[in-house]
Amino acid sequence: MPISRRQFVSTAAGAGIASVAAPRLTFAQNSGPIRIGLLAAKTGPLASGGIDMELALTMFLKERDNTLAGRKVELIVADTAGVPATARTKAQELIEKNNIHCVIGPLAAFEALAIADYLTEKEVPTLGVAAAEDMTQRHPSPWFVRLTSTSAQCAYPLAEYSAKELKYKKIVTIADDFAYGHEMCAGFQRAFEDNGGKIIQKIFTPLATPDYGSYVAQVKSADAIFLGTAGSNGFRFLRQFIEYGMKDKMAVIGGMTALDESVLRNMGDEALGILTTSWYSAELDNAANKVFAPAFRKQFKYDPGYYAGSTYLSGQVLEAALTTTKGNVEDKKALMTAIRGSNADTVRGLVKFDDLGNVIGNVYIRKVTRSDGRLVNSVIKTYPDVTQFWTYDKTAFLKNPVYSRDYPPAKYLEP
Amino acid sequence: MQFWIIQGLNSLSLGGLLFLLASGFSLIFGLMRLANLTHGAFFMLGTYFGATAMRANSDLSIWTVAVSAGVAVAAIGGLFERLVLTRLKTNPLGQVLVTLGMSFIISDACLALWGGDSIPVPTPQNLQAPTRLFGFVFPTYRLVLVGCAITAAITLYLLLERTRLGAMIRAGVDDAQMARAVGIPVANLFTIVFCLGAGIAGAGGVLGGPILSAYPGLDADMLPLALIVVILGGIGSLLGAFIGSFIVGFIYTFGTALFPELAYIILFLPMILVLALRPQGLLGRLGA
Repeated sequence: MPISRRQFVSTAAGAGIASVAAPRLTFAQNSGPIRIGLLAAKTGPLASGGIDMELALTMFLKERDNTLAGRKVELIVADTAGVPATARTKAQELIEKNNIHCVIGPLAAFEALAIADYLTEKEVPTLGVAAAEDMTQRHPSPWFVRLTSTSAQCAYPLAEYSAKELKYKKIVTIADDFAYGHEMCAGFQRAFEDNGGKIIQKIFTPLATPDYGSYVAQVKSADAIFLGTAGSNGFRFLRQFIEYGMKDKMAVIGGMTALDESVLRNMGDEALGILTTSWYSAELDNAANKVFAPAFRKQFKYDPGYYAGSTYLSGQVLEAALTTTKGNVEDKKALMTAIRGSNADTVRGLVKFDDLGNVIGNVYIRKVTRSDGRLVNSVIKTYPDVTQFWTYDKTAFLKNPVYSRDYPPAKYLEP
Repeated sequence: MQFWIIQGLNSLSLGGLLFLLASGFSLIFGLMRLANLTHGAFFMLGTYFGATAMRANSDLSIWTVAVSAGVAVAAIGGLFERLVLTRLKTNPLGQVLVTLGMSFIISDACLALWGGDSIPVPTPQNLQAPTRLFGFVFPTYRLVLVGCAITAAITLYLLLERTRLGAMIRAGVDDAQMARAVGIPVANLFTIVFCLGAGIAGAGGVLGGPILSAYPGLDADMLPLALIVVILGGIGSLLGAFIGSFIVGFIYTFGTALFPELAYIILFLPMILVLALRPQGLLGRLGA
């Protein structure tokens, strides 16, 4: 392929005087493809989600003939292996070697945190998936938006629902012993206790737990247990929980990843009736999802969930922003402004952002039911336009420390 | 009271699971002086085989599947020993490294073949209902698992103590050079023991499946447990592995229940103590 003069000039400008001059040069517009970098863990323990992220984004672009706002799009996928250091190397490669215009991903909070400062320094528009609260609270970046949810954002509505509609008084929480689990359980506890409920026990299990039996046997008698887990650990805990006959004694409810579609497809009738909360469900009844979910299922033989939904959603928000900028990605400030001003109608419903870059969107309470022979998360209640601060005052919220294992303190723990 | 009984039963079932995991490792370590770091991967391979077979045909009994998966994994282990390990027999460190490499290859192959989801191994139909004892409930399958471990232990004991093969293996463990000198085909013995060890791991993987499920990373979760049991119990001692498994089962279960903050180190404390006070392990036959 012969290199046109324009391409040569734009490449030279990109490589040579990158951060100073490039954003202001408008001649580069329409001079080549839009390059999107996807950071996804395609190997290692997080692979299941990472693979879905790539499949959904590829599908999104294919549906649009790899063209967004009239410009060709090139997708460059980098495998982070679920390791922060690798995520950092790959992010650097995407930016310095592939000259990407924006980043989608990565999946895990520790990966996102490992590259956050670098992406800010390089002023790369980033459409984030990871849930770490402070990335859009106490340490926001002008170049970062999150389209999914903070760790606790989806937990608040379920906490209110549990207290007000299900009339639960006492709940036990269990989660993996890392920031995501701590933050989600903390948010759930705060909203549940503010609605009159009591968290009587909080269990955090190490990421590598060979046997959940000893934890199941510790669970105190309560109205329900809240699973703040993600991936295989929650799945293994839940199976043991059921084996011990505990599901007959208390209800099971869960956060946004506990009974994700990727977990459901490996479960049986024992999952029926469990309530979870999320910003997405393959069963959502909106125009965009009615196209996406059946097409995904047809092609890959399973339902899209949190991870597939997240990158498809990113694609939609990006497309809307590109339409606003008329395909201009070289002016990164304008692109970022367009993304942040988003009002895109997506697979999760309408997506807007607050001034810290976090999504304001619907959160759904879902119940596991059987439909066409497979288990699905059918939506039973919609909480519209949930923000990361829920019903709390933003200023006061941000003055508090970030959610953790011990904050806010649990007042009602039973000995 | 209920707490102690339930957690006691939990400890026993975890101990049983650990014995199925660690006995093969101990056997191989004892005879070949080789820390086989592929052991966790063999275990995981067994779990994946079991999950796949029982998903394809839900009528299969878990016992048949365990034996078949054991044989399959034993065959893979045998090939690995013959084709790779024997070529490195003069280089013990190289052998350990290559077993580590092999474990990476197996875990990546599993990821490519089975994807990243957790796949359950179903609990056998007739063992699904929890057992009710004196008013409290306990999963029946876990009790059966203890029985499996004891059966496996007795079978292995008889094999080692009452058969000609066992006598040869014992001779090899005690003094490989002398065994060679009196005409015992130690090289073949190595292959047999490696197959046996891998096979027990594979079968153990299936039997542990209903508790653990097959998922990427299972190998790395299991390998340290095997190491801890063997270090605690003593290298090359079947009884040591047996006792070590149950000790670790008890320490882990009660440790995480009574001192949840110590969950990360609870398994390593007894190991450090044993290493400091009795480096050869509780029942070790080898000098340190």
